[in-house]
Amino acid sequence: MNQYLKNRFFDQIAVMFGREARKPAAISPVAQMFHTMKRATNKERLAATIREHHATGKKVHTWRNRRWAVLIIVNLMFTVSFWLDIQILEGALTASRFIGFHLIDLNSALQVMLAHKHIIVNLVIGTGTVLVLWILLGGRTFCSWVCPYHLLAEWAESIHLWLVKKKLVTDQAIDRRLRTGSWLVFAALAVATGYTVFEAISPTGILSRALIYGPGLALLWVLALLVFEVFFSRRAWCRYACPIGLTYGVVGIFSPLRVRYSLAECFHEGDCRKVCLVPHVLDTVIKGRAVDVEVPLGPDCTRCGLCVDTCPTGSLKFEVKGLNKLM
Amino acid sequence: MSEAHKPDEDRPEVQAQATTTPVAPSGPAAKPPPSRERLQQARRKWLRTILLTGGVTGAALSGFLPLVYARTKRLRPPGALDEKDFLASCIKCGQCVQVCPVQAIKLADLIDGFGVGTPYIDAREQACDFSCDAVQCILACPTGSLVYKKPAFLGVRQGAKLANAPILKAKEKDAEPTLNLAERIGVARLTRPEACLAVKGKGFKGQARGAGFKGRMRYMAVDRWKPIKVADHPYDIPECDLCVRECPVKGAISIETVFAPDGSKRKSPVVHEPCVGCGVCEMICPVEPSCIVVEAREVWNI
Repeated sequence: MNQYLKNRFFDQIAVMFGREARKPAAISPVAQMFHTMKRATNKERLAATIREHHATGKKVHTWRNRRWAVLIIVNLMFTVSFWLDIQILEGALTASRFIGFHLIDLNSALQVMLAHKHIIVNLVIGTGTVLVLWILLGGRTFCSWVCPYHLLAEWAESIHLWLVKKKLVTDQAIDRRLRTGSWLVFAALAVATGYTVFEAISPTGILSRALIYGPGLALLWVLALLVFEVFFSRRAWCRYACPIGLTYGVVGIFSPLRVRYSLAECFHEGDCRKVCLVPHVLDTVIKGRAVDVEVPLGPDCTRCGLCVDTCPTGSLKFEVKGLNKLM
Repeated sequence: MSEAHKPDEDRPEVQAQATTTPVAPSGPAAKPPPSRERLQQARRKWLRTILLTGGVTGAALSGFLPLVYARTKRLRPPGALDEKDFLASCIKCGQCVQVCPVQAIKLADLIDGFGVGTPYIDAREQACDFSCDAVQCILACPTGSLVYKKPAFLGVRQGAKLANAPILKAKEKDAEPTLNLAERIGVARLTRPEACLAVKGKGFKGQARGAGFKGRMRYMAVDRWKPIKVADHPYDIPECDLCVRECPVKGAISIETVFAPDGSKRKSPVVHEPCVGCGVCEMICPVEPSCIVVEAREVWNI
């Protein structure tokens, strides 16, 4: 990793905690050359190509479909394991056993330890397994590939975007530092009250339990969140509130699996930023911002692949760091 | 930053704005002062942020407050830590629910007021009859909220500890007849002796809880490993002793001859020290409402 990427790496960690993405202080000479050359391109011809992209480009949903399939299968495995008593994946998303191995959600484990003020051996084993798993798989991959609320929120988001298009609602942005705040508040509440307060309102836990053990009134809270997102603020819970996202985001810092941006192919059309749950990780695609010719996206990226699907030039691709060196 | 990289190249929208509104020429680092509209937008964003913060924290606390005011103690699964520790350590995954052969364990909902997703037992509907022999729910618990033996740093309340490992009637002929349980989850108490059939000297004939009752129990005479519906196992007994007869723990309850206040002799179910508080007596009692109930979290006081 060169100095420019190193700076961006730390910058993106600060961005994950809620700082606004801003212009890089230094750009590598090669990338700078690209930026300069791009500025010299014939603007009309570029605009014509972009128009053509948008006119002829087919909507691709490869990664979205794969992701939805995985999300539904994982959640169904929980349900089926219980209903058919086949013991593949027992428990719920907060804690489970996969063919006997403990798997424990990192955020839930943290809440329990803070509330209980004691390290529980099983919890450490299960948390360790999950930590390794999500480091390998990309941290917030949990959000977009497993969390059942994410799927509902995506559907709610499409209603929201339709309403925005009809000019019936507008997206009300909220300060992203709120998520770091809520993480701290819930950690403090767990310590102070000796009760896992966050679990009472975690839509992930509520939905997971509802899918496995049957619906309950707690689903009303999930519904309230979805209504808020449809009519008021796009993807508000995942973007501005959910501490689970931040916990897994921190895990993602160390993950080799990520989306890589390459400057050379990019036309700076900005389609990726429009579909992204966390557009601040894609600030690098803005004209003149890429610090290098190839820039990995930051840890807050959920690796959902919507940008990969939507990019007409193939500038955004999944990569496993170091794998191309091995092969 | 190189000379060629001008700041207004960065955001196309900023560039567009710059061409339409004349801005006083200044150094490349100086920003134009934020417009009134921008300031208002920022202010609104702050208000929304505060609104969402308040909403989320409020909702979370509303889920917590009922716990503070909870009056009725709930019967937790066997091996549960003391309520405070239990609530702190339960991760709400429901693995205890999944392993219970009679599905005695349920998860609390929003309005139950004792922690969304925490397990409890409604003994009247379905008691724990230890059909699993090994207290599977304890085995399943990933966080040690349900334990065979408490870690040293957690204290044991006076009277909560069982004097001896309870002997399971169903396992009496096995090499190891005891149940791996160190503390009781409650104590049964005859709350309505005046209605008790045994006290009245009456017998009982028919289905203990009626034909519609869904509760299940293991009957050793039927099948050790397959609990059946209580409704499928009718009784015909000259003097009611269902609570004693179906109690899974040896020596926990018996019918004794006691003296009434007026000096007359009569029979009555009497609970003894080995009672673990499983609630089978409460479930099986044919009188409506039950004459005998388990008092959750109660300890042995005598």
